[in-house]
Amino acid sequence: MRLRLNGAQVEVSAHPMKRLLDVLREECGLYGTKEGCGEGECGACTVLVNGAPVVSCLVPFAHVEGTDVLTIEGLQGQHPLQRAFAEEGGAQCGICTPGMIMAALALGPKPSMRRIRDGLAGNLCRCTGYEAIYRAIRKA
Amino acid sequence: MQSVGQSVTRKDGMAKVTGTARYIDDLSFRGLLHGRTIRSTIPRGRILAVRHQLEQRGFVVAGARDVPGRNIVALIEDDQPCLAEHEVRHTAEPILLLAHEDRDVLRAAQVEIDYETATPVLDPLASDVIHKSLRIDKGDVRDAMARAPVIVDGEYRTGHQEHVYIETNGVIAVPEKGGITLYGSLQCPYYVQKALTVLLGLPAEVVRIVQTETGGGFGGKEEYPSVIAGHAAVLALKAGRPVKIVYDRAEDMLATTKRHPSIVRHRTGVDHDGRLLAMEIEIILDGGAYVTLSPVVLSRGAIHAAGPYRCDHVRIDGRTVMTNTPPNGAFRGFGAPQTQFAMEVHMERIAERLGIDPVRLRELNALRPGDTTATGQVMDLDCSALEVLQEAVRRSDYARKRHAYAGTNRGIGVSLFFHGSGFTGSGEVHLASKAALQLTERGVQILVASTEIGQGTRTMHAQIVADTLGIPYESVHTAQPDTAVVPDSGPTVASRTCMVVGRILQRCAEEMRERLGGLSPADYWKAHGPLVIIKQYEKPEDVRWDDAGYTGDAYAAYGWGCDVAEVQMDPDTYEIRPLRITTVQEIGKAIHPSLVAGQIEGGTSQGVGYALIEHVAMRDGAMANAQLTNYIIPTTLDTPQMDVVILEKPSRHGPYGAKGVGEMPIDGPAPAVVNAIRHLALDVREIPALPEHIMEVVCGSG
Repeated sequence: MRLRLNGAQVEVSAHPMKRLLDVLREECGLYGTKEGCGEGECGACTVLVNGAPVVSCLVPFAHVEGTDVLTIEGLQGQHPLQRAFAEEGGAQCGICTPGMIMAALALGPKPSMRRIRDGLAGNLCRCTGYEAIYRAIRKA
Repeated sequence: MQSVGQSVTRKDGMAKVTGTARYIDDLSFRGLLHGRTIRSTIPRGRILAVRHQLEQRGFVVAGARDVPGRNIVALIEDDQPCLAEHEVRHTAEPILLLAHEDRDVLRAAQVEIDYETATPVLDPLASDVIHKSLRIDKGDVRDAMARAPVIVDGEYRTGHQEHVYIETNGVIAVPEKGGITLYGSLQCPYYVQKALTVLLGLPAEVVRIVQTETGGGFGGKEEYPSVIAGHAAVLALKAGRPVKIVYDRAEDMLATTKRHPSIVRHRTGVDHDGRLLAMEIEIILDGGAYVTLSPVVLSRGAIHAAGPYRCDHVRIDGRTVMTNTPPNGAFRGFGAPQTQFAMEVHMERIAERLGIDPVRLRELNALRPGDTTATGQVMDLDCSALEVLQEAVRRSDYARKRHAYAGTNRGIGVSLFFHGSGFTGSGEVHLASKAALQLTERGVQILVASTEIGQGTRTMHAQIVADTLGIPYESVHTAQPDTAVVPDSGPTVASRTCMVVGRILQRCAEEMRERLGGLSPADYWKAHGPLVIIKQYEKPEDVRWDDAGYTGDAYAAYGWGCDVAEVQMDPDTYEIRPLRITTVQEIGKAIHPSLVAGQIEGGTSQGVGYALIEHVAMRDGAMANAQLTNYIIPTTLDTPQMDVVILEKPSRHGPYGAKGVGEMPIDGPAPAVVNAIRHLALDVREIPALPEHIMEVVCGSG
């Protein structure tokens, strides 16, 4: 199947019903996308498909044919959100962080506090109480 | 140059924000098999037969008889088998292990087990098996109670709590060099090493434990990793190939430890002004099927049960009992959140009974320097109960809001709490932890078994070492915790990693600074070559504890905290919405203020979840809601606004005056929230305070 992955056209062969999460990790070697619950509740596996956040544990690979998929690796460590998360303590244990950053990216620039709280409600963090994540997003 | 007190960039920050940090499930090995655990489906009974035909189909299968050493999970008692052979004591108890290279085939494998079932004991009050009991006795309680003009009684209950680290438990066992190397998501490498030497019958030299990047612990990866590591290791040795076991969320919630449910009963004698004259406290913890860490959870719970208050006559009786449920274990706070919940809600009821302001009641009784705790420990100058209380009250505008909210659907409540840093009593002496510093060509490397589980161990230790040596923070590195490389610094638990291990490291750095004699590490390296300094914990002369009598200095230092919670009740749904929490915490010295704030914010959020929404629904001795769809933890929409204040009164026991901070934040939110609910004239004495429970209080349970 052909798709754009982190900016590059790629062809990936995998079962169409395989979870996008597993295709990214096992077929593409992109281990930055994490599994936290496997039931779409925690958001650790969030990636962007055509710019919109999805939980990749609930997306069959067939769904992303011909789309533009962006994972944490696609930001190449260059995005201001990444720097801000590192500086503000937005990452503690770090397992929710890639998904959290992808969800934050989808909020667009300078989101309001209301928009941040609504937009991240599907991403669980057990370490921070979210406060440092808010600080990071507002700083980025 | 100075880094202590600065929020320097954390060492692991960039790896985590770029997704390059490698967690256990991101690792693989040549010839890797996946492991699976077949578990009991009944809470109590005998195993009559285990039937399968999996060996013929290419599975590696291991049962109790395949354990090379002793079939136990070595911890405090030897009562828990690694694999049940005859007797089942709880649902989800491990019985058989399977391994296969194809995960889908593994998942589909069928094993039939015949049982003779027995009636399980599920109510801790009906249990006649006591895992541990203890008594703390101070003064003459009977006499003081008899003379007290007012007596207030009460019973308070707390439920299970699930850790919900976002990374589930997982390990990889690799058979090599005549032994085993175990990689895993874990807090305490040397606990796992000890457990595996016993289980596998191997000497410690060939049992190597390596901690991989760990996606949260909160105590849930303190003792449990010894179980899953044992399973993977037994399979790997039998297969002669590496075996990975990573639990899915449902298995993690069903089978692993949780916070002990508690029942705490108070009987308190007070005078009409509110002075505490006598306290009788009874604590019952539900330990679950095996002893695990329950005795020490009970111990910390009991020592904190009388709260941060002075009282000359105190008796605390505690016991932890067996039930046919999965063992409960370590969870941030370790017994203290349960007992301080009871104490703080009870204080609120004493204030209600006497008709005095709850803040005034706490001011009157708060420990001051020179006062003694329930174990007779004399409070040092860094006793800050009164300061945190007064600052939280001022900062939150408590007095005005208490008045303004009266009669509305809003409430405001306070809790005052403390938390001992380090192992209880003589625990640190028995641990005899070691830490080391190694000179390298680039600077200095820290060698400790203390693990980074999100709290910032690497960063905070590097700051202490850098400043003590007088070198840049950037030139201090930390070795990956690997029992082949680092000494045993004790477990990463009990709010001890900064105060206790950090202090040993500071002593290493002091000696290294002398040895360097003014040279930079690089120049010393060029001139003299390698240098390693290793130091061991030294008990402060004047910290004394009597194990037999349960008296003395239970902890070298305490942190102090006060929470003010504001809540709003939805009159239609009876949901309690936490609006705002003001939390003031005195922790000696914030080595890294942003990391400290992170601990306080995260712990406070976890405590709000504990108070209001985190409900483990037990059915027939097993968690019935073992999934994140219906065991819910606070999201961005459930967490209140937080106002965090850090106060510093240095302790002479910690590096740069630092005391513990990791656990204390979870002691306060639940009682503050419930006391805010009480401000709505609702008599709640149990958590989680679910809407259905609030409705019963409002409407009556009929």
